[in-house]
Amino acid sequence: MSKELMNKKDIDRALTRMAHEIIEKNKGTGNLCLVGIQRGGVYLAKRLASNIKQTEKKDIPVGSLDIAFYRDDLNIRKEQPVVRRTEISFEVTNLKIILVDDVLFTGRSIRAAMDAVMDLGRPSAIQLSVLIDRGHRELPIKADYVGKNIPTALTETVEVQLEEEGFEDRVILKKIEDEK
Amino acid sequence: MRILIQNGHIIDPSQGMSGTGDILIEDGKIKDIKTKSREQRQKTRDDDHTERIIDAKGLIVLPGLIDMHVHLREPGFEYKETISSGTLAAVKGGFTTVCCMPNTFPVNDNASVTEFIKRKASQEGHCTVLPIGAITKGQKGEELAEIGTMKKEGCIAFSDDGHPVMNSLIMRRALEYSKAFGVPIISHCEDLTLSEDGVMNEGLLSVTLGLKGIPAEAEQIMIFRDILLAELTGGRLHIAHVSTEGSVNLIRNAKKRGVQVTAETCPHYFSITEEAVSGYNTNAKVNPPLRTKRDIEAIKEGLRDGTLDVIATDHAPHHRDEKMREFDMAPFGISGLENAVSLSLRLVREGILTMDQLVEKMTINPAEILQINKGNLKVGSDADLVIIDTDKEFAVRSDQFVSKGKNTPFEGWMTEGTPVLTVCKGKIYE
Amino acid sequence: MLKNKDLLGIKELSAEEINLVLDTAGGFKDVIGRDIKKVPALRGKTAVNLFFEPSTRTRTSFELAAKRLSMDVINFAIPMSSVVKGESLIDTALTVQALGADFIIIRHSSSGVPHLLSTKVKASIINAGDGTDEHPTQALLDAFTIREKKGKIDGLEIAIIGDIAHSRVAKSDIYCLKKLGAKVRLIGPPTLIPEKIQELGVTVFHNMEEGLKDMDVLMMLRIQMERQGKGFFPSTDEYAKNWCLTTGRLSLAKDDAIVMHPGPMNRGIEIVSEIADGPRSVILEQVTNGIAVRMAVMYLLAGVKR
Repeated sequence: MSKELMNKKDIDRALTRMAHEIIEKNKGTGNLCLVGIQRGGVYLAKRLASNIKQTEKKDIPVGSLDIAFYRDDLNIRKEQPVVRRTEISFEVTNLKIILVDDVLFTGRSIRAAMDAVMDLGRPSAIQLSVLIDRGHRELPIKADYVGKNIPTALTETVEVQLEEEGFEDRVILKKIEDEK
Repeated sequence: MRILIQNGHIIDPSQGMSGTGDILIEDGKIKDIKTKSREQRQKTRDDDHTERIIDAKGLIVLPGLIDMHVHLREPGFEYKETISSGTLAAVKGGFTTVCCMPNTFPVNDNASVTEFIKRKASQEGHCTVLPIGAITKGQKGEELAEIGTMKKEGCIAFSDDGHPVMNSLIMRRALEYSKAFGVPIISHCEDLTLSEDGVMNEGLLSVTLGLKGIPAEAEQIMIFRDILLAELTGGRLHIAHVSTEGSVNLIRNAKKRGVQVTAETCPHYFSITEEAVSGYNTNAKVNPPLRTKRDIEAIKEGLRDGTLDVIATDHAPHHRDEKMREFDMAPFGISGLENAVSLSLRLVREGILTMDQLVEKMTINPAEILQINKGNLKVGSDADLVIIDTDKEFAVRSDQFVSKGKNTPFEGWMTEGTPVLTVCKGKIYE
Repeated sequence: MLKNKDLLGIKELSAEEINLVLDTAGGFKDVIGRDIKKVPALRGKTAVNLFFEPSTRTRTSFELAAKRLSMDVINFAIPMSSVVKGESLIDTALTVQALGADFIIIRHSSSGVPHLLSTKVKASIINAGDGTDEHPTQALLDAFTIREKKGKIDGLEIAIIGDIAHSRVAKSDIYCLKKLGAKVRLIGPPTLIPEKIQELGVTVFHNMEEGLKDMDVLMMLRIQMERQGKGFFPSTDEYAKNWCLTTGRLSLAKDDAIVMHPGPMNRGIEIVSEIADGPRSVILEQVTNGIAVRMAVMYLLAGVKR
């Protein structure tokens, strides 16, 4: 059982709008950088950067962040999360970091990401950009830029499928099968 | 007290006997033994004075087995085994005569220790205990022990088991001197300088486990030396626990030349290979070490062609805590009395030995080497016998051992054939 | 995913498991290269270094690895003499477990001790060297270093040189590198290379010059001085004349060959200083990588469900 929430066009439009919002809110691209959270967030960060470049004609630095070591559920997960590389080739101190993730849910990943970024240096600000906000927050965290708000049930999952991973661009809503 | 054992299949190589029959025991001695034809059997009637009639139909009845190589640990190591617990294990395993090695504390290197063992055995023992005296004082390999005096006190053979006599001159003297008393010298053949502090067979497995190996040559070099010394002196040499192919070949050749040499092996050397050590199983740590498939085949061939005269257990009980430790530091030894029969019966099932040959190796052959009147069912002999159910299947479970030593590498093995009743000097154990 | 709660040896690991450790170690290498060299991944867990054999390097490396995962670390150094008289090995391990250890990192002079303890305690046992059996984390850090320098391990020609017979490092390296597809040869005096080891699929050279030809990686082993008196070789001088890695001998290997050593080195006996301190040496990087690899091992073992 799955339902398409966004198609390629919807995603493109959302990302274009979010790029504009980022520029608008930060009054340009000065001191700005994008950090995608592994894995979906990394591709979205790159797309946002290229959208921003189209408007502003400026390259802004993009990094990727792995949050495995900062998760708060290492003790209760079925298996250890796969560790991916954190590749941030620039000093984050005094930069404004836009964290980019695909889906905002409980907020725990974002908490982990903020801790991870803080261990790399002292950014002047951290903002959050997500393609989907599906609600059910467990921490006081709110996104600054949202592609689409989607009310969901806890029995559902939201999957963002991207071309970079070999899919067609789309966002789908799935019911969690009863797993024993 | 009269006991009649009826309808069993009696095998007694000492009388060339193999057939269904009855044995009558009176006052701890064999009173009468008969194998007979079917018609006669049907006519046999129970004797009114018989207090116990045992029906051994479908079972085999053998002379009580002799184990010429056990460690009873008393005096000195009663936490490992006592004369009482060890002889009870023997009886449970079908043995009615055991010869205990001298590596006690104090060492059985003088008549007072021999006397102690004999006295303890007569008070608390469950079967006949024949002590083996040390060749040298303190098993140190330096000065001969009082072999003649100990023989008078009851030692039937001499050995520095576990502490081989490295000095060839002392070994020569032992083989010479023992001739005066007609006792065999039993040699644990190991060149200690070559085995050094090895703990298992040397080979690929010792390399991959990171355990120090004992090469087969450590055994063979000493066997060759002792054979040459026996040849030189005319002394009687018995080689303990043969474990390698090369050893079997050396002994076979020596016998062909007419050297007075006999040899034994143990059930573990024809049942399991060094693989049993994998996982650092200290219960498979034994000296000489478990060897390879090829060695097992050679040992079986040696048993088949008579190169190996005797099956003994080298019963070496240890406390659980001693075995539950670093492999390097755990003591050598296997608790062997209680499943020797079932492991040995496999040789018959595999067609390597006939039942008669197997019985010889556990009765008259050791009796002859030790020159004792045991291991036979002749009228007038001690009523030592064992009834074996060759088909009974059971799993080896060390927690059911009556020996204090639970150290067996055969834990959980399914085996076939076990003693169901043992009579020792007329006393019934079942 | 690792299959077992313990890391007893490379023997027990599959190539996939080894690669998982190496991949994960990459992430940790980034962490230990930053200003803040610590992550909260295993916060609240406890690691105990249970060392029955003196070791500063390995113990320190494990200690740092544990601390950089935000664990609490206890060093439980036990001189062998007191073990012989005192409590049994298993009692010691149970005591350590009762103290709340999640990881017991053990070094012992007897082969098989980690295996014995792994069946007695619930904590993850990490073998930090047992007798002449294995030293798995050393092999993993060696493989990590080779992969980092050469980009791969499959198909490489690797020589391990020195006292193979008494080296748990050599054993673990052989298992590890063979599983990852390298061609391994052993070089050293015949007294220090067990004949049977060839059955593991390695080739043996007793002549250093022949053996070094066209090698991609040279892994030197430490020569224990006490072997001299036991007839393994007549003198360290003679050993050095025949098997010391000198500049002349190094030139026989490939031009881009790297030189490794698990430390501590006997300079002038198995390796000359010019090479140990030279551009081909990756010896200090091995030390750094050791922390990352040990972090990866503990991180992954923490995820094994029991």
